[in-house]
Amino acid sequence: MHIPDGYLSPATCGVMYGAAAPFWYVASTRVRQALTGRTVPVLALFAAFSFVVMMFNVPLPGGTTGHAVGGTLLAITLGPWAAVIGVSVVLGIQALFFGDGGLMALGANCFNMAIVLPLVGYFIYKVISSNSEATSTRRLVAAVLASYIALVVAAFVASIEFGLQPHFFHAADGTPLYCPYSLGKAISAMMVGHLLIAGPVEALATGLVFAFLQRTHSSLIKADVPGKKEGKVWLLWGALGLVALATPIGLLASGTAWG
Amino acid sequence: MKSDDFLSKNISNITHALESVIFAEDLCRAPGLLQGLDARVKVATVVLFVLVVGLARSLPTLGAVFILILAFGLLSKIPLGLFLKRILIFIPIFTALIAIPALFITPGDPLVTVGSRVIITEQGARTAGLLVLRVTDSLSFGILLILTTRWTDIPAALRWFRVPSLFVAVLGMTYRYIFLLLHTANSMFLARRSRTLGTFSGKENRRWLGQALGTTMAKSQQLSEEVYLAMLSRGYRDEGLAMNSLTLRRRDFLWVAFALAAASMLLWSNWL
Repeated sequence: MHIPDGYLSPATCGVMYGAAAPFWYVASTRVRQALTGRTVPVLALFAAFSFVVMMFNVPLPGGTTGHAVGGTLLAITLGPWAAVIGVSVVLGIQALFFGDGGLMALGANCFNMAIVLPLVGYFIYKVISSNSEATSTRRLVAAVLASYIALVVAAFVASIEFGLQPHFFHAADGTPLYCPYSLGKAISAMMVGHLLIAGPVEALATGLVFAFLQRTHSSLIKADVPGKKEGKVWLLWGALGLVALATPIGLLASGTAWG
Repeated sequence: MKSDDFLSKNISNITHALESVIFAEDLCRAPGLLQGLDARVKVATVVLFVLVVGLARSLPTLGAVFILILAFGLLSKIPLGLFLKRILIFIPIFTALIAIPALFITPGDPLVTVGSRVIITEQGARTAGLLVLRVTDSLSFGILLILTTRWTDIPAALRWFRVPSLFVAVLGMTYRYIFLLLHTANSMFLARRSRTLGTFSGKENRRWLGQALGTTMAKSQQLSEEVYLAMLSRGYRDEGLAMNSLTLRRRDFLWVAFALAAASMLLWSNWL
C-alpha cells in the first residue's frame, strides 16, 4: 500500500497533505497532554517496533507470506493519536531512508496507513470490546476483526485516490497521466489483494501478538475505564468519517444527481 | 511453508536493511558534489525536482531528468552499478503491479494488433512509459538524497523547515532504535534457526512469530521507560536540541541557482 511518487498527481498529493495536517495537529496536542515527558521515548520505541513489524514476513496458511502494518495494534496499546504519530514517523523514515513510498506521496500514505488505519481500527476495537476484561476472548476477537477491517478500509481509501487520477488528470488524446485505472478497476484490484492476502496477514499478526500480550503482558492492553462515555463520540466521528470517505463513490454512478 | 524458508526470508530482509544503511553511511562521507552541500538545500532541491517529475507530461523530459540524475550520481562518487541496482530492486515491483496491465487495458489508438484485435494502444504504451519513468526518476532522487546525506543532518534540516519538534525528535530517536530492534529480531531468528533440525508446521511458525513479535513489543515498552529515565538523569526537559548546526556556503547558493534553472528548463521543454 506504500504509494510511490508518480502514481498520484502533485495536486492530489497536496490535497492529501492538507487532509492529513489537522489529524497530525490534533494527534500531537493529545499525545503531549497524555504522555508528557515520556512522549518522545515511548513514541520512538513503539514506532521502531512498528517498523520492525512491517519488515517481518508472516507465514499464511497455504504457504505464502506477507507483511503487516501494525497500525491497529499500536492504536490499541498506545491509543489512537499516539499511533497516528508513530506510524507517520515510520512512513517518513521508510520514504526518506529506504525509498519505500514517495516523498511527495507521503501525505497520502500517512492519511491511508497512519490516520485512517489506526483510527478506524481503534473505533471498531472499542465498539466490539467495550466493557470486557483485558484478557477476554471478546477483546482478542475485537483486535483481530478491527485490524482486518481497518486495513481493508485503508486500502479502499488508497484505491479511491488511485481511481480519481484518470478522471481528473489526462492528456488531450485521453492518455492517463498518472494512475491509469478508473475507480471501478482500482477498487476491485485493491480490494481483492487486501481482502484475501494483506487483510488476513494484518489480522493474523495482530491476533498472534495480542494473544501473547494477553497471556504475558496484559498491562499493555488498556482496559475500559468504568463510567467513561467516550464511545458515543467515537461512534459519531466514525459514522461521519465513513460518509466522508465514501463520497467519491458517487463518481461510479451513471447519470446526474437528479437521476 | 518450510520453517527454514520462513526464517531465512526474515533474516535476509533484516540483514539487507542493515547493510543498505551501512552502505549509505560510507558513501555520504565521500568527497562528492552532493555530499558537499547543506542538507536543507539538498532536501529543498530534491523536493523541487520530484515536483518537476510529477508535473512532467512528456517522455523525453522524464528521460532527460534520468540522465541528469546519473550525472549527479557520478559527480557524487556513487558507483553506477550499485546505484542502478538499488533503483532496479523497486522498479519491477511497481511496474508489474500497475504499468504492465496499463499497456493492455488502456483504451485508445491501436499500436500493436494481432489480426483485427488491438493488443496495445498508443495511449496505453505512453501511460506505462510515463509511470515507469516517473517512478524511476522520483525514486532515484530519493536514493541520491539518502546516499549523500548524513542521517543526523536530516532532522536538523526538517527542524529548519518548521516540521513540528515532536515529529523531528521522535523521527531521530526512532531511527536509532530501529537498528537496535532489528538487531534483536535478527538474533531471535538466528537463534531459532540454529536450533532447528527438522521442519516446523505453518501453525508452529505462526505461534513462534507471535511470541517473537510480542516479546519485541514488551521489550520496546520496557526500553522506552529506561531510555526516558536515562534522558531525565541527563537533564532532559521535554525539548530536543539539534547538536549539528548547518551553515550555508557559496556552493549551496550556486546549487540552488542551478536547480532552479534546470527545473525551469525541464518544465519549459515539457510544455513545448
